Amino acid sequence: MPRSDESAERVLRFSAAQRAVHWAFAVLAFGCLLTALALYVGPIATLVGRRALLRTVHLTCGYLLPVPLLLGLWSRAYRADLRRLDRFGPDDTRWLRSKAARRSGRLRVGKFNAGQKMATSFVLGSMLVFLATGMAMADLGGIWSLTVRTGSTLVHQWLALAFGIVVVGHLRLALRDRNAMSAVLGGWVPRSWARREHPAWVIEPEAQPEVGADLSR
Amino acid sequence: MGRRVVLGMVGLGAIGMAVGARLQDSVGGAISAVQAADPTGITALVPGGSGFQYYSVTDQQPSVDPTSYRLTVGGLVSAARSFSLRDLAAMPQTELVRDFQCVTGWRVKSVPWTGVRLSDLLDEVMPTAGAKALRLTSLDGTYTESLTLEQARRPDVLVATRMLGAPVTADHGGPVRLYVAPMYGYKSLKWLGGIEVGPAVRPGYWEDYGYEVDAWIGKSNGRGDAPV
Repeated sequence: MPRSDESAERVLRFSAAQRAVHWAFAVLAFGCLLTALALYVGPIATLVGRRALLRTVHLTCGYLLPVPLLLGLWSRAYRADLRRLDRFGPDDTRWLRSKAARRSGRLRVGKFNAGQKMATSFVLGSMLVFLATGMAMADLGGIWSLTVRTGSTLVHQWLALAFGIVVVGHLRLALRDRNAMSAVLGGWVPRSWARREHPAWVIEPEAQPEVGADLSR
Repeated sequence: MGRRVVLGMVGLGAIGMAVGARLQDSVGGAISAVQAADPTGITALVPGGSGFQYYSVTDQQPSVDPTSYRLTVGGLVSAARSFSLRDLAAMPQTELVRDFQCVTGWRVKSVPWTGVRLSDLLDEVMPTAGAKALRLTSLDGTYTESLTLEQARRPDVLVATRMLGAPVTADHGGPVRLYVAPMYGYKSLKWLGGIEVGPAVRPGYWEDYGYEVDAWIGKSNGRGDAPV
């Protein structure tokens, strides 16, 4: 069972370390996205100019993106959540396939629902692809062939479009759920909310976070 | 499962890096055609087209009054002077239809350029014996470029006043910009305001950031683009 306060009305969803990782990553990702807009979208570029500065900020934010994720590995709660995010069960498949099943309230959704798991994997995969293609694009010395750099530019730009859409979706879903916001701001959520949105998480035995696996088998 | 999604994306990314250039060649033309016919400009956000992208190194683009515009030419010359737009229009006009190739990869095909050959302008001011190179400055107050005297005298280097069939727009560096056909776009300085003839090449703005001073298309900056 997740940690709860004395009255057992609230449960802890994200530790301070996890929230720090989230916000550090969010600031860096926004640094990347905003500078990307000013570098790439014509009318905004016309207003902002300053390409050398924007390029430096964009590259710095980009190269720093993995740092909070790696530092997070010190935290036990963060590592446990990584395992939860990696694990897919039959209920996750049902969750993804059918909106009706999602709304029935009968699926055993753990700490993260299947959409959150997919989104997290997408963000991690995107970051790795952005890093590889971005390094090829930034390299003027010519270690990478022109073909690879042109291909990298194409991948980087299309992925940025998809990534931007996912970020907008993430913000929309988060901002309209007060409890999701309090989870990422202060860490705690009402037990009633957790029971409704993440029923299989509330009954997880605290000693063995891995047991979540049994629920999804 | 989560890690399979991550690995799958990395795999797709790697394939894209390898074959993306070929894909770009085959669909880029179609995307540019759509973009050219789109009055809303929304399709300009779709990656892979090949229209002009707007680059400026300062926060504000200079707004230049065409009536008071002057191009100042000085340094190691016998007859330093400045040229108004009317002065430039009175000189022999050269028209070129040539591609614009950016060092970041995009290329706009067959752009019509009209203006005065830089060599004709230099003949007016008569560089002296010690003159070896030009330093060009932008009215944005920051951007600079360089050319050797020999490069500046090429017939495909223009002080352009018209581009794409109309006077050069402010976004494209109007009223007067440089067009150095055989070199990457960063040589084609926008908002041209001054030319200083000197004894040696002084690297320009991007060249201080590592771009090559002699920016021949296809033979510099690690790129192999087809020459213009």
